[in-house]
Amino acid sequence: MLLWQVIKVAWRGILANKLRTTLTMLGIIIGVAAIIAMLSLGEGAKKQVMESISRFGTNQLKVRPGAARLGHVRTGSVENLTMDDAEAIEKEVPGVRSISPSVGSTGQLKYANKNATSLITGTTPLFMEINNFPVAEGRFFDETDIKLLKRVAAIGTTVKKDLFEDGPAIGEEIKIEGQTFTVIGIMSTKGQTSWFDPDDQVFIPVSTYMRRLYNQDFLNDINIQVENYEDIPDVKKGIERVLRARHRIPEGVESDFSIRDFSEMIATMQKTSQTFSILLSGIAAVSLLVGGIGVMNIMLVSVTERTREIGIRMAVGARRSDILRQFLIEALVITVSGGLIGIAIGVGLGASISYFGDWETVITPFSIALGFFFSVLIGLIFGIYPARKASLLDPIEALRYE
Amino acid sequence: MIELTSITKKYMMGSTEVDVLKGVDLKIESGEFVSIMGPSGSGKSTLMNIIGCLDRPTGGSYILNGTRVDEMSEDELARVRNTNIGFVFQTFNLLPRESATENVELPLLYSGVREPRALAVEALKEVGLGHRLDHRPNELSGGERQRVAIARAIVLNPPIILGDEPTGNLDSRTGAEIMAILKELNAKGTTLVIVTHDPSIAAHSQRAITIKDGLITSGAN
Repeated sequence: MLLWQVIKVAWRGILANKLRTTLTMLGIIIGVAAIIAMLSLGEGAKKQVMESISRFGTNQLKVRPGAARLGHVRTGSVENLTMDDAEAIEKEVPGVRSISPSVGSTGQLKYANKNATSLITGTTPLFMEINNFPVAEGRFFDETDIKLLKRVAAIGTTVKKDLFEDGPAIGEEIKIEGQTFTVIGIMSTKGQTSWFDPDDQVFIPVSTYMRRLYNQDFLNDINIQVENYEDIPDVKKGIERVLRARHRIPEGVESDFSIRDFSEMIATMQKTSQTFSILLSGIAAVSLLVGGIGVMNIMLVSVTERTREIGIRMAVGARRSDILRQFLIEALVITVSGGLIGIAIGVGLGASISYFGDWETVITPFSIALGFFFSVLIGLIFGIYPARKASLLDPIEALRYE
Repeated sequence: MIELTSITKKYMMGSTEVDVLKGVDLKIESGEFVSIMGPSGSGKSTLMNIIGCLDRPTGGSYILNGTRVDEMSEDELARVRNTNIGFVFQTFNLLPRESATENVELPLLYSGVREPRALAVEALKEVGLGHRLDHRPNELSGGERQRVAIARAIVLNPPIILGDEPTGNLDSRTGAEIMAILKELNAKGTTLVIVTHDPSIAAHSQRAITIKDGLITSGAN
C-alpha cells in the first residue's frame, strides 16, 4: 500500500471521529505550543542580554563601598571609598584603561515653575566612554569644569522632557537642590532597563557635587573600564589587593567594598529566563507525556473497534507490516496535526507575550523544527504499541470479532 | 491444483489439546466447483481457513499450484491470499466507512496497483453494480453487499474463490442470484470452493465433500 493511500485512510478515520481526535490532540497541542513559547522566550532573553552588553559595554567594573551581601543588598550607607582610592586604582592596578568615580543621590530639580526629582550624579568626563553613554546635544563637562568646580549640568532625556518639554534646554539655568546650574548638554537616550531609568539623571562635575552641593568626601562608586574583557578576573583581584591594603583590612576579614561586573548582571538575567524555561519545559514535558498516553489510549480503542477491519485487510492480502504501518501512521497523523496546531498557537503565544508582557520573544526556525520533531517522536513512541498489537492479531479471530 | 495430504490441525483449548483435523487428504482440480458440508464443529471452517491460507496446518502438506504453502512465511501467505484467493464471507465483511469502489480497491492497494479505481469499477460492473459505485455498505441491500464482496474477491482475477456460507445471510431469491454469479465465474474457469450446510446450495456443485469429526467421509478425491 502506497504511503499517500495510507495517509488518506488515516485522515478519513480522523475525520470520522472529529471530537475524539481533537481531544486526543489537545495534550500534543499544549506541549508543542509550550516548547515553541519556551524557546521564543529563551531566544528573546538571549537577544536582550546581547543588547544590554552592546549598550553598556562588557569590559566594565564597578567598585562600591560596603561588603557584598547576598543578593547585593547593602545595609546602610558606607562612607569609605574616596577619591584617593580611585586614583590609586588607576595608578596601581594593571589592565585598567580608565576610571570614573561617581557620586549620586536623589535631588530636587527646579526650572521656572516645574519641579522634578531625579538622580543627581557627580562624575568625570570619562563616564560617557566607560558607560557607553554619550552626549547627544551640546557638551559634557570637561576637566576644566571639574577643576573650577563649575556649576554646569548635562541632563538625561527624561529630565529634559520633565523640565523643558519640547522647549530649548541648553543654556537655560536650572536649580539643583536650590543652587543654580547651567544646562550645557543633553544625553543620548539609553532606554529604560527593568530596574532603573538611566535617562532620568542629571550629570554634574564630581568636584562640584562633593565640594559645593553636598560637601561630602566619599564616593558612591568607581566605574572602571578594563583593557580586555578577558582581564576582568585579574583586574578584580588587583583592585581587591590595592583597596584592601589602603583600607588596612587584615587577612581573613571581609572587604569593606564590593566589585561588580556586568557578567553578574547578565547571569541574573539569564537565570530569570532560565527559570521560565524550566517551568515551560516542565509544562511541555508533562503535556507531551499525557498527550502521548492519550494518543496511545485512543489508538488502542481504535484497534479494538476495528479488529474486524484488520481481519478483512489481512484476508485480502495485507501483511502484518502493512497493518503496523497503517496504525503507526494514523498515530502520527494525530500527533503531527496536533503538533502543527501547537506550533501555530506557540507562535501566537510568543507574539502575545512580547505584546502584553515586558519580555522579548524570538521565534526561530529551530524551535519550529523542534516542535515538529517532538510531535513525530511522540507519535512514534506512543503509536508503536497499539500498531504492533493490531499487526499481531490472528486474522481468523479478527474476522470473527463482533 | 489444490492438494492436501494428511493435513492435521491441533488447537490448545486451555490446557487440553483439541484435534480439529485428523489427517485430511483432498485434491481439487482447476476449474472445479466443490462444496464442503458438515455439521458445526466438524472442522470444515478450519479446513476452509487452511485452504484459504489464513491458517497453517499443524502437520501434513498443502500444495497450491505446485508450491508448498504450509512452509511459507506469513508475508508469502499474505501474498497468496492477495493474488490467488478471493474470499466471500457469510457476513460480507465490507469496510463500513468505505464506498463500494473503495472496498473493491482494497486488494489492489495491497498488491501495489497505482490506479486501482478503474479495475474496481470494472469488477463492480461485472457483478451488476455499475450504478452503486459510491454507495456505502449501509446504503446497500444484503444482496448488493454480497455482490460488492464478490467484486472484491475477483478484482485481481484469482484462480480460486472460497465462499464461506455465501448465501447464509440472504433470502432464498437473493441467495439464488448470488449463486448464479458464482456459478458464472466457475463457468469461466475459476475454481470455486463453498462451505455450506445447506444441501440445496451443495446441490449446485460438481462434487460435494462431507467432513465429520475432522475427517473427510465422502467426496475426497
